[in-house]
Amino acid sequence: MSVTGPLTWPLVSFEDRMATVDFRVSSRAHITLDSSVCRDCPARACIVACPANLFVPTSDGGMLFNYEQCFECGTCYMVCNGEGAISWSYPEGGHGVAFKRS
Amino acid sequence: MAELAKSTGSAESAESAEVDFDIIVVGAGPAGSTAALVAARSGKSVCLIERGTFPGSKNMFGGVIYGRVLDSLIPNWWEQAPVQRWVTRRGTVVMTPTQSLTVDYRSAGWGEAPYNGATAFRPDFDAWLADHAVAAGATLVCSTTVTGVSRDSSGRFSVVSTDRPDGDLTARVVIACDGVNSFIAKDAGLYPHAGDTNHFTLGAKEVLALPREVIEDRFGLVGDEGADLEIIGCTGDIAGGGFIYTNLDSIAVGVVLRLSDLAESEHRAEKLIADLKTHPMVAPLVRGAELQEYSAHLIPEGGYDAMPTLGAPGLLISGDAAAFCLGGGLWLEGVNFAIGGGQAAAEAACAGLDRGDDGVGKSLVDDYRSRLEDTFVLADHKKLRKAPDLVLSDRMQFRYPQLVCDLLEGVFRVENPDPKPGFIRLFFRAAKKSGVKIRHVLVDAWRSARTYG
Ligand code: SF4
Ligand code: SF4
Repeated sequence: MSVTGPLTWPLVSFEDRMATVDFRVSSRAHITLDSSVCRDCPARACIVACPANLFVPTSDGGMLFNYEQCFECGTCYMVCNGEGAISWSYPEGGHGVAFKRS
Repeated sequence: MAELAKSTGSAESAESAEVDFDIIVVGAGPAGSTAALVAARSGKSVCLIERGTFPGSKNMFGGVIYGRVLDSLIPNWWEQAPVQRWVTRRGTVVMTPTQSLTVDYRSAGWGEAPYNGATAFRPDFDAWLADHAVAAGATLVCSTTVTGVSRDSSGRFSVVSTDRPDGDLTARVVIACDGVNSFIAKDAGLYPHAGDTNHFTLGAKEVLALPREVIEDRFGLVGDEGADLEIIGCTGDIAGGGFIYTNLDSIAVGVVLRLSDLAESEHRAEKLIADLKTHPMVAPLVRGAELQEYSAHLIPEGGYDAMPTLGAPGLLISGDAAAFCLGGGLWLEGVNFAIGGGQAAAEAACAGLDRGDDGVGKSLVDDYRSRLEDTFVLADHKKLRKAPDLVLSDRMQFRYPQLVCDLLEGVFRVENPDPKPGFIRLFFRAAKKSGVKIRHVLVDAWRSARTYG
């Protein structure tokens, strides 16, 4: 590791960022998305707000979501005002995010 | 699960023979483990349920653990608690994209027992605290998610459902320490305003590896001394703040973002952290540091007026679930408030159980509340009830950092051969540039004096 180099350095890709976090992925999705609601959502706050970047808009106006690398923070259902879009629960016991140095 | 209940449930009193445990605590964070510890020490049968594979594995903070609240619970806790560094340096930083002003307080005394506060990894610290609950006799059940708490025929909350096969457990008192999203409080109807995004912030942080000596050189620390820098003015158009903490061989850099603003912003959390890391004041501190872990969590920052009802017959709410976290600007405290809250919950529950059936009804919640009011938990919150709004107000967040930095720039810049301008002129100039009216400064000064006075 160089600790004396320049004051700027390349940004870590989002994939590498999330690779620093341990997840014990459950076969059951703890969050599910009814993306038909998302089609009529003007705000789409989930896209920017989700710290794990799990809400990905599609070119045809839909929304892709994958629960696997989720922090279980709750931000998405808090900022979403599309009634019924997000069904949110905790993963089954022993699954999901497992922090080590948080 | 039924087996487990049979083997560990109390058979001491006739009343508790009908239930699996005297007390079930949901969530083995600082509030839950403290509640379990205190209740088990009083001789109650206690089950502590945690959804992670071990306590702390779901938890994250941007923070410092202030230990005074532990003194009476675990004497000389500092000799055994798994902490990273003892905070001896507390910096409060006001910044704009190119400027910064730091009020840098140091205390040699904070580097000696009994210590003021410490940085820590929550997976280490929370597991350690839960170990104490287990040593006191509590039964810890990990990898188990509570799916609901329901009322029995008498209308009291007493049935805890889990996601284990035949995983229902019964207790005479349930203490919900299930965290900031507390579905137990929400499902019980105790948290009607839980959806107010003004009262919650998203905390996101990077833990960045650096060699010990490098950290000590950069932050001016010796041995196990640590630094805590709290920053305002680094979150773009989002009300919130930033922080830098030193661990032993890593540093934590993160931001805290009000959800209502985040929902309308284009700035992602990791982008704001990246910007903070390139700020001229921060870049030399973090250069070359490699990302070890990224994490995020919600924080309840609404304070006293945003708390849920603290319980119902048979049920008490504590810790982040009760929004005990104090986000009062000058002070950012959570773990100590959770510990104090968990202790009060257990004491109220034990006293209620000793009073018999009536003791775990409505009087349980009243007793819990008055115990909290007698300690710092609600006393501080009540005193600082206006602080969250003040600290997250537009002027504090988006105008005063610029004003203060410009004022200082004017004071310290040497413009010979022009003579030095007076403070008053500099102040008016800075206020004008940042779009603040003097009337507003006076109003906010008065509000601050009343909030913190
Ligand atoms: S905010 Fe809610 S409704 Fe809107 S796009 Fe996101 S998930 Fe869908
Ligand atoms: S809980 Fe948090 S990390 Fe998970 S999807 Fe929602 S916002 Fe993203």
